[in-house]
Amino acid sequence: MNPDWILGLLGGALIGAASGLLLLGSGRIAGISGIAGGLIEDLMRGLPGGRAGRLLTAENALFLLGMILAPALYLGLGGVKEIVVEADAPTLIVAGLLVGFGARLGSGCTSGHGVCGAARLSRRSLTAMGVFMGAAIATVALGRLL
Amino acid sequence: MRRVLAFVVGLAFGLGLLVSDMANPARVLAFLDVLAIPAGTWDPTLMFVMAGAMSVSAAAWLLARPRRAAVFGGAMPGPARPQIDARLVGGSALFGIGWGLSGICPGGGLAALAIGGAPVAVFLAAMVAGMALFALVDRRFAQARA
Repeated sequence: MNPDWILGLLGGALIGAASGLLLLGSGRIAGISGIAGGLIEDLMRGLPGGRAGRLLTAENALFLLGMILAPALYLGLGGVKEIVVEADAPTLIVAGLLVGFGARLGSGCTSGHGVCGAARLSRRSLTAMGVFMGAAIATVALGRLL
Repeated sequence: MRRVLAFVVGLAFGLGLLVSDMANPARVLAFLDVLAIPAGTWDPTLMFVMAGAMSVSAAAWLLARPRRAAVFGGAMPGPARPQIDARLVGGSALFGIGWGLSGICPGGGLAALAIGGAPVAVFLAAMVAGMALFALVDRRFAQARA
């Protein structure tokens, strides 16, 4: 089997294990847009005062910090990584706005709907996954043809 | 304990995205580019990542089913809502278009930030703006309905 596919399976299992640990340990769904959006709304509204609210805010911030620091662990373990971004800056700005706004409006992204929701066979998550995969495939195809 | 877990889970989630190469936009776009299938240059890696992630995540949901509370405190998520509405479909479509334009999803972007440089930072800044914009629009509509 292609080594990239094996790394894909392994990396995927790690992603699934991470979201499973958060579910069993803290009762929370590891959806990146939900966690990032929750933190952004806390910062916009003012930080919540109660103990439960403060815990959620801290968890969201620490989760995102862990994700941002992950390359240090990856490179430390001897991994080699090249990040190739083909899109130009104006496209990246439009794409970022659409991804941020759309994921919040649709209550989730590739992690919350894809990894977490679809794995429990949620109708909403399976629908969301079908729609965003279809839209993304159509967008890439249009870009290639135009 | 929940704070420590959130950080460790964020780190592991990001590591999984780097190991599987899903933090690399070019790799994601190579999967979304279905016009490459007839040419024989299509890259199915994302399917292996989803298979690995969803099988482990599904196992975690099965373990979670009999639990009333999470191991480190807090309620388990309630049953998934069944209603498919316009927000879910519309938001997922916008998300998919942005994802197809860039090859970057929220998790991939965060895990790639430290290595990916300016293009990833531009995308993430726009994504944060999109999430903040949604929070403002959503609050305005909630006030209008009330």
